[in-house]
Amino acid sequence: MSDKKLKPAPLANEGLPPEERGLFCDAAPREYEAAKGWVEDFLNWARAESLWILGFGTGCGAIELRPLMTSRFDMYRYGIQARPTPRQSSVFVIGGYASVKTLKRIVRSYEQMMGPKFVVALGSCTINGGMYWDSYNTIKRIDQYIPVDVYVTGCMPRPEALLAGFQELKKIIRAGKAEGQNLYARNFEWYKANQKKVIKDWNMPDYNW
Amino acid sequence: MNELANELAARYGARDWHEQRKDLASIWVDPIRIHDTLAWLKDQAGYAHLSFLTAVDNIERKAFTMAYTLRNHEKGHSLIVHCDIDRDHPVVDSIHLLWGQAWTYQRELKEWFGIDCPGSPRKDEEFVLEGWDDIPMMRRDFDSLAYSQATYDDRPGRETADPATHMKQKLYPEAPL
Repeated sequence: MSDKKLKPAPLANEGLPPEERGLFCDAAPREYEAAKGWVEDFLNWARAESLWILGFGTGCGAIELRPLMTSRFDMYRYGIQARPTPRQSSVFVIGGYASVKTLKRIVRSYEQMMGPKFVVALGSCTINGGMYWDSYNTIKRIDQYIPVDVYVTGCMPRPEALLAGFQELKKIIRAGKAEGQNLYARNFEWYKANQKKVIKDWNMPDYNW
Repeated sequence: MNELANELAARYGARDWHEQRKDLASIWVDPIRIHDTLAWLKDQAGYAHLSFLTAVDNIERKAFTMAYTLRNHEKGHSLIVHCDIDRDHPVVDSIHLLWGQAWTYQRELKEWFGIDCPGSPRKDEEFVLEGWDDIPMMRRDFDSLAYSQATYDDRPGRETADPATHMKQKLYPEAPL
């Protein structure tokens, strides 16, 4: 009895109609269990050297992702490439301002990503609202809703700044300090409460896995 | 173009013809005549293209001013037809049977201003917002800043500087402000 972990209560999924609740996951996210010793170091090296971005431009700053793909900036030389689905991606670049409608898709996509997963928040809007500080429809801090590993400031940042942000993210991953996913699992209820405070028509599972 | 102004005045009591540019004019009609006016303009006067439909919240005189922008491609002339509708009871005739695309504009007007166009398809469905629970946000009595402060959390420490003053201080610190 002593060493058995208590199973957390299943999620209610109250946003879904009763007949659909059985179709979705009702377990909360779990923290990442690190491998032992050098194996984890090796895995972190591999993760840092193959950053796969989710190809989802969430705001105007996503326009800065396009030049990265071209020969002038060429993100592929750093092991960075875009992937079409959340299941294949490890990095989510929040491309600038996030309206509530987009936030809903951001949450959904973030939760669908395989762990370990990392978030790069791009532009002033993700940090403090930027020029949308008084907007009725734009959130002011993305880190209230999903955990963020690296911020890239600017309105909007140049592709060089974005590359520098990726290099910073690599360092964090190599050092084993990219704790976003664990933060999300640990503070899941807090994140979920924040999300539900602004997304008023919550009609998706509580954890979109 | 004054022929058109006279014709509209005679038929529909249109008034206040205003020539803004050579290729752009505006005119006012009563809201009860808006559908007939637009139908005549479309079918008889060559203004066959509805290029824009929007509203302006004239809260001072308790009215929403509708603006129907029509284009006559043969003459290369645009005409904006205005009408004032009561702000407390914002209902206006639907024109989706004249121009098929109008229902999208009318759905937008319903969500953003609360202007109702009875009979317009899907007018009560959400358009851009999801789960909006306040008064329509394009109305001028909606306080965007207060809503934002009440709904979205601030990051402490944000400072806002006037760009002109900031750059002056930075580049010429010795100059008086």
